[in-house]
Amino acid sequence: MRIDTNWRGDPAERIVFTFNGQPIEGYRGDTVAAALLAKGIRLVGRSFKYHRPRGIFTAGSEEPNALVTIGSGADQMPNVRATLQEIHDGLEVRSQNHIGPLQRDLLAVNDLLHPFLGAGFYYKTFMWPRSFWERVYEPVIRRAAGLGALSHDHGGARSEKAFAHCDVLVIGAGITGIMAAYVAARAGADVLLVDENMSLHNRHRHFDDPIRDAQGITHFSPEDFAFFYLNALQAMPNVRIMTRTTVTGIYDGGSYGALERTGLHLSPDAHPDLPRETFWRIRARQTVLATGALERPIAFPNNDRPGIMMLSAFMRYVDGFGVLCGRTPSFFVTNDDAHRVIAGLIARPEIAQAIRRCTVIDPRPEARAQGDYRLIAGAEVIDTRGRHGLREITVRQGGSQQRIETDLLALSGGWNPTLHLTCHLGARPVWNAEAAMFVPAQDAVPGLHPAGACNGTLSTGGCLRDGHTTALRAIAVLGLADPGVPVPQAGEEAGNGVALWQVQAKGRAWLDLANDVTTKDVAQSAQEGFASVEHMKRYTTQGMAPDQGKSSNIGALAILADATGRSISATGTTTYRPPFVPLTMGALGAGGEGHGFAPERKMTSHAATVARGAPMIEAGLWYRPSYFPAPGETTWQQACDREVRMVRQSVGVVDVSSLGKIDIQGPDAGAFLDFVYTNTFSTLPVGRVRYGLMLREDGHVMDDGTTARLGPDHYVMTTTTAAAGQVMAHLELVAQGLRPDLDVRVISVTEQWAQMSVAGPLARSLLNGILDTPLDTAGFPFMACGAVRVHGIEARLFRVSFSGEQAFEVAVPARFGDALYRDLVARAEALGGGAYGLEALNVLRLEKGFLTHAEMHGRVTAYDLGLQGMMSPKKDYIGKPAAARPGLLEPGRERLVGLKPVDQGGILTAGARLFTKGDPHTRPHDQGYVTSVGSSATLGHMIGLGFLRHGPERMGEAITLVDHLRGIQTPCEVCAPVFFDQDGGRARG
Amino acid sequence: MAELIAKSPAHGLVPVETAGARLTEAPLAPIWSIAPLRGKTEAVSDALEQGHGLPFPAPGTLHAFQGVRIAWSGLDQAFLMGASPAPELSRDAALSDQSDGWAHMILEGSAARAVLARLVPIDLAPAACPPGSARRTLLGHMHTLILHPGGDRFELLVFRSMAETAVHEVARAMTAVAARAAIGD
Repeated sequence: MRIDTNWRGDPAERIVFTFNGQPIEGYRGDTVAAALLAKGIRLVGRSFKYHRPRGIFTAGSEEPNALVTIGSGADQMPNVRATLQEIHDGLEVRSQNHIGPLQRDLLAVNDLLHPFLGAGFYYKTFMWPRSFWERVYEPVIRRAAGLGALSHDHGGARSEKAFAHCDVLVIGAGITGIMAAYVAARAGADVLLVDENMSLHNRHRHFDDPIRDAQGITHFSPEDFAFFYLNALQAMPNVRIMTRTTVTGIYDGGSYGALERTGLHLSPDAHPDLPRETFWRIRARQTVLATGALERPIAFPNNDRPGIMMLSAFMRYVDGFGVLCGRTPSFFVTNDDAHRVIAGLIARPEIAQAIRRCTVIDPRPEARAQGDYRLIAGAEVIDTRGRHGLREITVRQGGSQQRIETDLLALSGGWNPTLHLTCHLGARPVWNAEAAMFVPAQDAVPGLHPAGACNGTLSTGGCLRDGHTTALRAIAVLGLADPGVPVPQAGEEAGNGVALWQVQAKGRAWLDLANDVTTKDVAQSAQEGFASVEHMKRYTTQGMAPDQGKSSNIGALAILADATGRSISATGTTTYRPPFVPLTMGALGAGGEGHGFAPERKMTSHAATVARGAPMIEAGLWYRPSYFPAPGETTWQQACDREVRMVRQSVGVVDVSSLGKIDIQGPDAGAFLDFVYTNTFSTLPVGRVRYGLMLREDGHVMDDGTTARLGPDHYVMTTTTAAAGQVMAHLELVAQGLRPDLDVRVISVTEQWAQMSVAGPLARSLLNGILDTPLDTAGFPFMACGAVRVHGIEARLFRVSFSGEQAFEVAVPARFGDALYRDLVARAEALGGGAYGLEALNVLRLEKGFLTHAEMHGRVTAYDLGLQGMMSPKKDYIGKPAAARPGLLEPGRERLVGLKPVDQGGILTAGARLFTKGDPHTRPHDQGYVTSVGSSATLGHMIGLGFLRHGPERMGEAITLVDHLRGIQTPCEVCAPVFFDQDGGRARG
Repeated sequence: MAELIAKSPAHGLVPVETAGARLTEAPLAPIWSIAPLRGKTEAVSDALEQGHGLPFPAPGTLHAFQGVRIAWSGLDQAFLMGASPAPELSRDAALSDQSDGWAHMILEGSAARAVLARLVPIDLAPAACPPGSARRTLLGHMHTLILHPGGDRFELLVFRSMAETAVHEVARAMTAVAARAAIGD
């Protein structure tokens, strides 16, 4: 029921949402849990394994029970905690993990079978027959045990990622965090205060402990204290406050991950561009951890019914939402703080009026009632009743038992500090036996200072002091002066109670509500020899649910300690890993969908290419045309064949701008290249181009390409498209690290120049149409380069050929790339030629035996490629000693050869294996493999390049190509890797 | 003689405008990399002062004088923008024309910092990135050079071939930031 006390919600803002199709009315700011409880709805889901009816257990992100599915279609989100999700108009909420209606779940039969379904049941039972596990058992078990489901609809791009930076990050805006943030902000630090809740108000009523200012004059309630200090913080320009944001992980160097529920509290239609969630990466120089503590449940038989919840949650629903969860409440508590909270609560007139009866059960015989309620001291709850919601509890006091009618049981077994984040860099919490709680290890995270309840300080006065002290410690590290903020005073009394891990009584007592783990399961784990806390976790699955056992870990290990006769500190705890709360993949991967996956690099000819209908293929990040379909052509092969013949017979144009271009300048540029390449470049005359090969440090081939000498101290290197980045990084390493003695400067000019290759017997005639000064044969021989003018624009011309034809590459500043490409293609077409794509380019280079990264795949040496002649004996270069290792110069290595089919129509495939004729086609007989194939329009059959043991010694041998995957066997002849124009006369013509 | 028409990298992709932010393209202008040879940084700085009234910039800085600017762009390297380098500079520095290699976009407006916080991992708050800053960092997955002359103006230089992706990413961040503002967050 809704009561009208201390509730700042606006009754005018009514919201209607649906729960399992039934319309429910609530108010803006309600969580789903609060709105359901206000309407008396206690049953909200079914448990993971036994399909027990479950309700709302907490009021925060630690909720183990009340997981629901919201939305539908692409917006469907499973496993949303009803305790965090705010309601909005049109919100659809559905319960999870039941077959049939929630009230009559067919799988509730599991609960009747519970004697058989304990921990280890699956491991022991579904062993036989072995093949059934994957096909039968697993699908059935997964169907029965589980959480919500995804819709399988594409999620769309509805989340985002962002970065934030601050001097002091304060995690948690309770009184500790507010105090710390205030002190740090007053010192002038850039403060980021992050809190998981939607609002920072309405949640500071621990118990009505008045807070006095340093002079002791003004008295605040904790609520008003928070209100005043938050207002002050909000007014300061150096403070940012982020609500609905949970810090999920701590990483190296002061990096924090955080999840913001940016738009989940609004209808997806509220704003089409509003992100649903934001994944923040925060860099903080110092951090104050003020995450508070989670109240500790008590294990007793049937402690999992709807209507049983934590006392702190019960209070939060009263104070935060004006929702009273029961009119005949009972409380099972082990500490004095709980008595103070209950006494304070029922002293409020509106509560006293609403409550008919109030019973408090305390196991301590010496417990004293602190208010007007019935206390049963020295007693325990030993059973509960009520199938879909609590009706009755059984209390044992000494030798007698009594049944008490009640509609709500609130539990308080003390507090567990919320120290999860302090474990993220590997530290383990430390057991404080006196306070009976785990506290963070000293210096668990560099630069992070735990304060307040998460550090084991429970009193209001202690929390304020802690927040103040840690803030001073943080600002001292930052070199800021103490702003002299006085410490407010408040009560110092807290934490007086006993630890009661479990009630000894007959029946199943739940520890982990999320994964349905009972005390019996933990004891059985110990009995079967899984006595280490890590083994117990895996054996029982305790703590492995989405809530990471926030409510159950400490209780489980205390019971394990008991079962194994060890102390809690000797038993230890499992660790906590990121994320602190479940994260959606949509938030983690935000921005990476569709076009956001990777940068799309487009050449200046892109628009013209697409306009010609060329399908684009990705080469690294670049988009390049595959082929240019002509009218009447129905397959890519037809287009490719035509383009190959066109280049061999007239002229073709292809954009080669994606190849890496690196400007190398300086007095030592030649010496630098001599060190990088296996062959010599310092002797290359100005105005000439040379083919070069570079090795990695390990002696294997890194890349090849041509390098032109534009001036005495100026070279421009060409790399392959795929290796451009790698080569650039390599050159930087050599210049900065390996040869700092050389005076050389390198910079990428890949993007500066649009570079078009014009290839074919008519290449020179075509070029002469655009060059301001036409070329003659003698004036610009093969492998020449120089500055030219194209249509009056300063350009560079390189006479290099990757097709074996007479060919030129002309480079203009990229702004003219589009125009130049269109002009060149139009002129080529006028000469009977035209544009060609990568398919034809590949066939043309294969016919000439030119290499790509299909051959230079990282495991080949220059020797394997037959390029040992390029390895200069006269100088040192990178990879030289390693390449000379005996194993790398074995004639029996797989070495480059050409392959052609014995029958004209024989099919060659890349990736196929090579076998000596007559050998079995099995791995021990493997002789090599095929790297590239193409259908040669020039020769009329397929050709290929591959690596074959003793390759060059086996020219003319008939071998067998076998593609086991595609089921192809082709008799082939080993031949030289150059198939066409062996003497290279065409390129020089 | 035919004429080759110049096309800017972000031609047809900008402007993009949302509440509080506007993305446009800077006019095509000369950009030259200047990398002093060993031990010549001071000489190059003097020549820059002589020729352009600008020093060789310290790491992370941007200087402007009479419409010409110089921005730190990496180890021992700066970009001279708005003018071709004075001839004397070629004696002591490696010069390379970069005018066409970069898509040069301008993001400005009160939301500019919030937009970039979606894509750029470094701190662009005034304390960390004061007026006259140049930063080599990431814009989403792309390398970028960010120039901050002052106010709410940030100039983003990315590889020319990535202009479309850059506009796509920045525009997406702009709409998300504008949506937050629209719901009053």
